[in-house]
Amino acid sequence: MKKTLITAAVAGMVAAAPAFADLTFTALSYRTGPYAANGIPFADGYQDYFTLLNERDGGIGGEKVNLLECETGYNTEKGVECYESTKGEGALVYQPLSTGITYQLIPKATADGIPVHSMGYGRTSAKNGEVFRSIFNYPANYWDGASVAVKYLLGENGGSLEGKKIALVYHNSAYGKEPIRTLEEAAKKHGFELSLLPVDHPGQEQKSQWLQIRRDRPDYVLMWGWGVMNQVAIQEAVNIRFNMENFIGIWWSGSENDVLPAGDGANGYKALTFHNVGSNFPVFDDIQKHVVATGKAAGAGDQIGTALYNRGLYAAMLAAEAAKTAQGIHGVSAITPAQMRDGMENLVITEEKMASLGLPGFGPSFNVSCQNHGGDGLVAVAQWDASAKSWGLITDFVQSDQDILNPLISEDSAAFAAENNITPGCN
Amino acid sequence: MFYREAGDFKTSYQDDNQTFPIKFDRYRYYLVLFVAFAVIPFMINDYWANAIFLPFLIYAIAAIGLNILVGYCGQVSLGSGGFMAVGAYAVYKLMTSFPEVNILIHVVLAGGITAIVGVLFGLPSLRIKGFYLAVATLAAQFFLVWLFNRVPWFYNYSASGQISAPERTVFGIPVTGANTDSWASYMVCLVFVTICAIIARNLTRGSMGRRWMAIRDMDIAAEIIGVNPLTAKLSAFAVSSFFIGIAGALFFSVYLGAVEVGEAFGINKSFLVLFMIIIGGLGSIFGSFAGAAFLVLLPVFLKNVLVGTLGWPTDLAAHLEFMIVGGLIIVFLIAEPHGLAQLWRVTKEKLRLWPFPY
Repeated sequence: MKKTLITAAVAGMVAAAPAFADLTFTALSYRTGPYAANGIPFADGYQDYFTLLNERDGGIGGEKVNLLECETGYNTEKGVECYESTKGEGALVYQPLSTGITYQLIPKATADGIPVHSMGYGRTSAKNGEVFRSIFNYPANYWDGASVAVKYLLGENGGSLEGKKIALVYHNSAYGKEPIRTLEEAAKKHGFELSLLPVDHPGQEQKSQWLQIRRDRPDYVLMWGWGVMNQVAIQEAVNIRFNMENFIGIWWSGSENDVLPAGDGANGYKALTFHNVGSNFPVFDDIQKHVVATGKAAGAGDQIGTALYNRGLYAAMLAAEAAKTAQGIHGVSAITPAQMRDGMENLVITEEKMASLGLPGFGPSFNVSCQNHGGDGLVAVAQWDASAKSWGLITDFVQSDQDILNPLISEDSAAFAAENNITPGCN
Repeated sequence: MFYREAGDFKTSYQDDNQTFPIKFDRYRYYLVLFVAFAVIPFMINDYWANAIFLPFLIYAIAAIGLNILVGYCGQVSLGSGGFMAVGAYAVYKLMTSFPEVNILIHVVLAGGITAIVGVLFGLPSLRIKGFYLAVATLAAQFFLVWLFNRVPWFYNYSASGQISAPERTVFGIPVTGANTDSWASYMVCLVFVTICAIIARNLTRGSMGRRWMAIRDMDIAAEIIGVNPLTAKLSAFAVSSFFIGIAGALFFSVYLGAVEVGEAFGINKSFLVLFMIIIGGLGSIFGSFAGAAFLVLLPVFLKNVLVGTLGWPTDLAAHLEFMIVGGLIIVFLIAEPHGLAQLWRVTKEKLRLWPFPY
């Protein structure tokens, strides 16, 4: 049995080796498993943007894009398999959309010299590019999110949160624990009281957490949730008649999937975001024309314009722009992962550039540099309108509190550097 | 024609009692060892090591461990994921607290720590049996995962609660961390698998194994003929947890490099290892290997065929994978309830007579 399996596997893998060409991007996506509802729109957006580039522009800088999709199911072991199977084919950048897999890939990809772009997730201190040479997390990270949420609440309360109570409902995993340290610092600085309410994977059972919220009556609830946990939390908040205006989710708790099940009750729920929402951008016309109309849309093609679809599209756009930058720096069109890394490190996103891509005002302008792999931490707040069934930005992109974050980032990255014998530096 | 005793004379008790008394079987075993130790390390690449051999070898150790408890001693356990977590966190604490000590020693010590924890959670087995014991071990599973998530000391107060393995070397060659060569990590796991399998095989056919099997077959009768249930059951828990702890330690340090307890060592892991031994064959060391191979290799193989060769969408392939693996498990269990090990035994019987069966 074992032997026949191995021979069969060998045969399968030999046959599976594809042609080596083009610019290879990977999508470590999850269209199955407990987080599929969130994984599908992101994967569709990512894929559709590259299809658009191939169909409309003939690829990036004359090179066709070859997108390898690999199903991780949000599972670390499958993520390892996906990484190993795609890295041999010249994958330029990894975007695993999972904090667990990102933590896994940080040392591996660094050793292999392949960049990882954990956009709005992963290890926050990867912002310090002197330690994390190949890891990028622009344009914003969890600590930015936590800090902007506090800043927004400060604005709501006339600049003082003294004596207020804020509860954090979080996914009890590496992902959900990320903002705690920032919020604790902010609590010290602004004098509010922070209470922590962990929710275990997958998060279908939250009765006790919300009972506690009903008892403690916090002024505001922040949420770091993912997958079914979001829907359950919003429904529970509706059930205890918590004022949705005072309930703010991180960007991963701000998709249509999360608010629709609660119906009208979810009206007024707020979520952070680092890119714009809706499909009112010229690029969506191109997608309709070149991707949807030609029958090349990824998945079922029904996700276009949703919050997570836009995020996938944004991730693909940033990857494509980094590839263009790399082609410009090195003067070759068929770039290597190492050259891609240089492209990411010198990436400049301006308003004009986004407008020329058909995405005017879609995200913040930012520059990446060796010292700063995380952008400027510009985050906006979006609000759900249940009657129109749409998200709308209610603030501009505001910067996070760098006074709190920078010491934390240097502290955490220094610890990582010491643990792994890395000498920080740009060469 | 194969596997025949005829003409294979033994002249000493030692020869007569060896693990593989049939010459053909013995040579096959040497051949497998030779290929594993002297051929594969020279051919292996990152994909084969990280996607196929490491998970297979590590799950094989875990399956051997659970097989001792469930297959040989008859104590149903759903706590293997939790015990693997104990091994992983033990080796992490040891690695970071005593960086100058060799990692191999840490892995063995992690096994020892898991054995102690296993004995503690095995104490209820003296009073409760069967499904009730399964529920008690289930409590161990949830308690241990909760503990490692809750107490920051276990993950050295890191912000995210993740543990990551720093680089450690054996004879100057890195075996954990990012710069490990695929052959080095493969060899570490292979050495542990080989030693564990030899120890397990010899324990199970010695007096200790016979005591376990007596308890499994009928504990009251075993007690009457002089088997002490306390020592028999607790020793099974200790040995089993020792192996599972080693598997967990290797799983974290050599294979994944960074884990998060809820995701890597959840209840699913307990079920996975339990399915491995049920499919492989309860009470068989070979069955542990066969079951681990079946559940590790089949999904990877299917993925490569469906997505790689046939070019199907990944989500369709992933769903089909569940159905095919699930269907095959049912087919196997109906066709051969004693698992792949029994299939192998039947094949051997057939091969003895081949090509002239009567």
